[in-house]
Amino acid sequence: MKRNLLLSLGLAGAMALGSLALTSTSVSAGVESNDPIRLTIHDWTGQYVSTHLMGEVLKKAGYNIEYVQADYIAQFAGLETGDLHVAMEMWETTGKQAMEASLATGKTIDLGETGMDAKEDWWYPSYMKDVCPGLPDWKALNDCAELFSTAETAPMGRYLGGPVTWGGFDDERVEALGMDFEVVHAGTDAALFAELESAYQRKAPVLLWIYAPHWAVAKFDGEWVEFPEYTDECYNDPSWGMNKDMAYDCGKPFGWIKKVGWKGGEKKWPGAFKAIRKFHIENDAMSQMIVEIDLEGKDLDAVVTNWMDNNKSTWQAWIK
Amino acid sequence: MTSRFTSWQIAWGVALSLAVVGFFLKDIAPWAFKYPRDWVFPLRFWISDFVKWLLNDFDLGLFTFKEFTRAISWLIELPYIFVRSLLSDGFREGQGSNAIQVFPRVSWIAVILFVIMIGRYARDWKLAALASGCFTYLAVFGQWDSAMVTLSSIIIAVPLGVVGGIMIGVLGYRSATFKAMIMPVLDLMQTVPVFAYLVPILILFGFGPVSAMIATVIYAMPPMVRITLLALSQVPEEIVEFGRMAGCNTRQLLWKVLIPSAKPALMIGVNQVVMLSLNMVIIASMIGAGGLGFDVLNALKRLRIGEGIEAGLAITLLAIALDRLSQGLANRPPPEHGSEVKNFAGRHPFAIAALGFMSLTWLIGLVLPAFQTYPEGLELTTGTFWGDTVRWLNINYFDQIDGFKNAVLLNFMIPTKRFLLSLPWPVVVGLVAMLGLQLGGWRLALLCGGMAFVIATLGLWPKAMITVYLCGLSVIIAAAIGIPVGIMAALNERFHRVIQVVVDTLQTLPSFVYLMPIVMLFRVGDFSAFIAVIVYAIAPAIRYTDHGIRRVPPHLIEAATQMGCSPWQILWRVRLPIAMPEIMLGINQTIMMALSMLVITALVGTRDLGQEVYIALTKADSGRGLAAGMSVAFIAIIADRLINAWSAKRKAELGLD
Repeated sequence: MKRNLLLSLGLAGAMALGSLALTSTSVSAGVESNDPIRLTIHDWTGQYVSTHLMGEVLKKAGYNIEYVQADYIAQFAGLETGDLHVAMEMWETTGKQAMEASLATGKTIDLGETGMDAKEDWWYPSYMKDVCPGLPDWKALNDCAELFSTAETAPMGRYLGGPVTWGGFDDERVEALGMDFEVVHAGTDAALFAELESAYQRKAPVLLWIYAPHWAVAKFDGEWVEFPEYTDECYNDPSWGMNKDMAYDCGKPFGWIKKVGWKGGEKKWPGAFKAIRKFHIENDAMSQMIVEIDLEGKDLDAVVTNWMDNNKSTWQAWIK
Repeated sequence: MTSRFTSWQIAWGVALSLAVVGFFLKDIAPWAFKYPRDWVFPLRFWISDFVKWLLNDFDLGLFTFKEFTRAISWLIELPYIFVRSLLSDGFREGQGSNAIQVFPRVSWIAVILFVIMIGRYARDWKLAALASGCFTYLAVFGQWDSAMVTLSSIIIAVPLGVVGGIMIGVLGYRSATFKAMIMPVLDLMQTVPVFAYLVPILILFGFGPVSAMIATVIYAMPPMVRITLLALSQVPEEIVEFGRMAGCNTRQLLWKVLIPSAKPALMIGVNQVVMLSLNMVIIASMIGAGGLGFDVLNALKRLRIGEGIEAGLAITLLAIALDRLSQGLANRPPPEHGSEVKNFAGRHPFAIAALGFMSLTWLIGLVLPAFQTYPEGLELTTGTFWGDTVRWLNINYFDQIDGFKNAVLLNFMIPTKRFLLSLPWPVVVGLVAMLGLQLGGWRLALLCGGMAFVIATLGLWPKAMITVYLCGLSVIIAAAIGIPVGIMAALNERFHRVIQVVVDTLQTLPSFVYLMPIVMLFRVGDFSAFIAVIVYAIAPAIRYTDHGIRRVPPHLIEAATQMGCSPWQILWRVRLPIAMPEIMLGINQTIMMALSMLVITALVGTRDLGQEVYIALTKADSGRGLAAGMSVAFIAIIADRLINAWSAKRKAELGLD
């Protein structure tokens, strides 16, 4: 009995020491609060880069930063309660609905665009042009539909769409444009790119949904399908475009990528939130960094540091 | 007996012909083929509203429900942070990026030495070598940092699951009412996919490792409760009597008599909790647990198949090491009387040695950093080997693979799917109920038919049928391969040992690791899901068959041999019939595993209940997720009850009870 007591006392002591060490804070000058600002990270490289860029810049300004892993959509629950503070990439193409629902609660705020454009549409590897010469025009796809077919979809062509949850109106598009294709949804983008890699290795026909900024666009040589250009009317007004009875008879919109934050954060760290609003980066710079990390195998931190060294004036203006 | 059997045959004949007639009623009763939208029971919205109320407005008087759960979360976080600092991060002062390390973590050498010591203490040098070999892999293949993060959460989650499970089990043992109450809850805990309740947990317990640990405990605890209930009820009456005679009160009887004598059985529960906790590593990493699961996901997102396999294998080896060590500790013979050493160092050689290792390596580490952190330059990797292998298969054998896939799809899978989807739901509900009636009486009929009916009223019928089709076919194939393999393993000792390693690996290697290569070879779609489910669910079919056949009493075999049976006859006439209940239990577990894989196969684009749960997760819609999750649970419970009833009946017929 006695030795159990001794043991548990020892353990409790050690634990208390550990937690004490964790709760005591040191004070650094120039910032409104020393509590860590929690930036969320998700599961794609571009988002890592933008979050780490922002985080490192804020660290330079003296803020305390913590990176927390959270699901892209589920994070809104945390942003509303203040468990999480900033999400650096919310794509119009995939996250608009969830974001608007969250903003409507009044507990989160829109921190403006990141400067990047989200591009997403149907895509094929370049070698398909040899066998389906009319590309990139979408009309050529109907003549080659059989080429893209599999046992499950024959005689229709097979188009591999993104995860169901990411929207995109592909089923509607196929119907509105009278395309001889069947939409098969990949469950995750990992599966999507696994299939692309496999087809690319064999130079086999493949037609799929791809988004950018992403490493795949740099790694695989290919092109976007050219649909009738997107306009707001195309999606809202059935009479617009070549199909007079249906909407969605056009390509997909370019989308913004926005930052979202916890409303209370604006009061707690006004300086930091001002800097986050100012954050701006272009597609090209981002794609370059993604390629360096995912294809050239460089270390993420090194790539971020490198960007910081080369773009001092840019980020210093954010935290001024 | 014979007349009743034929009456059942007649009943089935009538029911099936009614079902066939039903097909011609499509025009008269369209509602039977497509459940009308207006009739859908709005349960999912009620659940969503309830969860919202629970999270935002539920007030317990002095504090809200959320404050209460957050307090629990804080309590769990304290020891977690301590262990994690010890093993992974080092002790630090300050928060976030302001933190400064005040004391380093335990060095890799000290951890490995400690593992060797536990292995030696628990059994022998062989176990020590095995366990330390597993840990050495972690260091050599550059998995150390992530593995220690994963290990920290396992070290917290496993005791929580074990202690919680035993406590609930004890309460159930003492009170029959409580037991009746928890049994259905246990069924739900084991069968509702984790994704379904992830969103409410995240909100209640906050974002981060604690939520992941709580989800892990919920998933891993039920076997512990079940085994505790079973083990306590199996303690021989004489021992309990003896305890009473010795004057034990209820508490003493439990802790000094019942639990110690049930210990060997309880350790099986511990093993299950360890295995299931490591099973959850990938899902836990999706909600912020980090560690090895995160590495696996991250590697596969970038199609680094080799890196994914290396990290996945690290999870497997960690599981094997923890499992073998815990089993070794459990089976350790009790110390002989009178041999106990009295002084502190003698009683705690391990605590002393651990402290010794820690301080020694820490001191050396100050001079030679390699002692503190495994040097990066000495790390090994399989590099592009795995990726190249898949590529080679893909380029050279894709046509054959594709031909095989198409044959199976067109002749086997698609017809089954169409058939199941074309069945009118009231007919299916009726047939399920009738099967229940035949196997277990009217209560079972009511339960099974009722659950099937509820699935229809939730508006999830077509998705449920796709689930049944995908899992059903996978289970059939898994059984068709697994049972013969299990038989061979039971009859051949060497094969048995090989198969055990394979089965352990299949159960702990995260399925995501082989899911991506499968997609590369078989493309996105039902076939990839089918293969992945078979690979994952085959393990119990093998394990239970092997076990069941081994347990056939030797005197029966001897009797059969003396009667002049050939080995073949012994297998078919003696071993298999007697092992049948156990084999059916294996099939039962195979069904459970297949259903639990649904959420993972949703990641390759299936259109079943798993996908519904997954969509609900990404939309943070708790009602939708729980409604679909419950439907999965209902399918599992129907299958479980029917198989159990059949198995009990069969046992009674064989006179095995």
